[in-house]
Parts: sequence; C-alpha cells; structure tokens
Amino acid sequence: MNRFILPLGIFIVLAAFLAVGLRLNPREVPSPLVDKPVPAFKLAQLAQPEMEFTQKDMLGQVWLLNVWASWCVSCREEHPILVDLAKSRVVPVIGLNYKDKPQEAKAWLKQFGDPYMLSVMDQDGRVGIDYGVYGVPETFVIDRAGVVRYKQIGPVTREALEGKILPLVRQLQKS
Amino acid sequence: MKARFLILLWAMLLALAGLPAIAADAVPTEADRVQQKRAIELEENLRCLVCQNQTIADSNAELAQDLRRQVREQIAQGRTDAEIISFMVQRYGDFVLYKPPVKTTTLLLWFGPALLLLGAGVALFRNVRTRARKHVPTSELTGEERARATRLLNDAPGKDSA
Repeated sequence: MNRFILPLGIFIVLAAFLAVGLRLNPREVPSPLVDKPVPAFKLAQLAQPEMEFTQKDMLGQVWLLNVWASWCVSCREEHPILVDLAKSRVVPVIGLNYKDKPQEAKAWLKQFGDPYMLSVMDQDGRVGIDYGVYGVPETFVIDRAGVVRYKQIGPVTREALEGKILPLVRQLQKS
Repeated sequence: MKARFLILLWAMLLALAGLPAIAADAVPTEADRVQQKRAIELEENLRCLVCQNQTIADSNAELAQDLRRQVREQIAQGRTDAEIISFMVQRYGDFVLYKPPVKTTTLLLWFGPALLLLGAGVALFRNVRTRARKHVPTSELTGEERARATRLLNDAPGKDSA
C-alpha cells in the first residue's frame, strides 16, 4: 500500500498543475504597462485631421483608451457595450484607431455608432507598439495622473465592464 | 594607326557597356552586412505576440512586420541590441523574449529540470544500494524437494516414455 502513495501524490500534483494550466488563456499576456505612465502620443484626430490630440489633454480625468479598427471583427462585439457606456457618461472613452483607413473608420462609426469623445489615427501602428498592442480590441483604464491602471485584452464584455472596469473607474474617480 | 585607334575605341565602348550593370546594384557594404546579421539575430529571439509560437523573423503577421521594421530602424539609429531588447520588453513584457530571463519567478523554469534529474538520480542510487544490501536467500533444495522434482520431471505428460 505504502509504495502507491508516492506515485499517487506525484500524479495528483501534476494533474492539479495541468488543470490550472488548461484554464489559463495564453492570449492574455500581462501588460508591463500597468502602473506605469501612459505612453506619450500626439496624433491627428479622425474627425478633424488638422487637429492633434495628446494623452496630456486628458490629465486630471479618469479615462479609457480603446484600441479599435474597422477591419477588426471582435470590435463589433464590444461596440454596443461601449455605445451604452458613452450614453451613461460615466467615463470618457478615447479611441485609438489602429492601422485603419480614415474613410473606412468613419463609415464604420456612422454604421455602428460613435461612443468616443474623439478618435485619433495611428495609421502606421507606431503608437500601438508603444502601448504593446497585439490583439485589437484592447482597452486601457487610465487614472487622473496619467497612469495605466488596467488593460483589457480582447473585447470588453458586460462582465468585464461591470465586474472590473467600472468599479475601478469609480474608485479612481473618488481618489 | 587607324586600325589601332578603332580597336581602342571599341574596347572603351565595351568597357562602358558594363558600367550601368555595376551602377544599378549598390554593393552592400560590410557595415550593411553586419547590421543585417544583427537584425536577423534579434528577430529570431523576439516572439510574435499574435502567433505566439513563432518569432517575428518567422511570422508574417502585420505586427511581426511592424516589429521587424522597428528593429531595423533602431539598428540604423545606432541603438545597441540590449536597448532594442529592453524597448520590446517595456512594451510587451518578458513574454516577447524567446529565451526567458533568469529571475526569481523563472528559477523553477530554468533549474527545475536539473533538480528533477538530480532527485531522480538520488532516488535511483538509494534504491539500488538498499537492494544490493538486502540478503537474497539462496534457494537450495532439500533432499525431499529434489526427489519430488525428479519425479515430476520424469512423469511429465508428453515425455517420451519409450
């Protein structure tokens, strides 16, 4: 009997590790940007290309930066949720229109609704690289001091919004 | 005299004819080759985050193309390999490295296999030693057993009884 205990123990530990490993999502790479100052950018606005916008313009406010593109399929999934969020006026959302064509981006917003305070154009994806973007859509929660507090990889779901993003936003807005 | 001049002219024309071919291709300098080699080495050690089991050198994803462009631009700007690597790590985390750095969270990853081997070696060694020390009884047969065995062998069915 005794000689079965060790192999059984090893088996249980191994099975536990594998079970946890299977549940992790390998696509979710933790962002090194969390708790770091938001990377600087100065980009032309989608609606008014002659106007520039930088992350400094949002200092003093809690805001969301949502990376989106008209070619991005899962952006359509999260879009109604963002539109609802914009209607509630809880938190301003800035759009980072990533590697997109302006005409197509504008047409897309016309078709599905525009939840953004404004969108800026990152046509060659350089700002995207500064933000460590690798899978559109991505959403950053940024505090009043301009520090990244949370990164949502992939579409914003209702659960993620209600369970994580909004509680964090409210807490940051109080402080 | 005239013939000689014509030959000379002809030779010059021939020499000139070769010139455009030389001018068309800028011969890569040694510095270009070194930079190219560095770029490829860096690209082979950076992970493409879209197609996670490929390096940015292997992958043709848009992100990989953009990151390759970054690597080449930064090399051209005279940045060192360490600077380029840290540029990528700052943005994408350690996961972007194909070879994870040795730090407290990765100690088990780096030294786990060696530890496992060592543990298995120790276990094997001890097992073999205790087995060797154990007294294995020699199986001498008693007279009675021997007689029974002989009887059984002789009476075995199928034995040629002729």
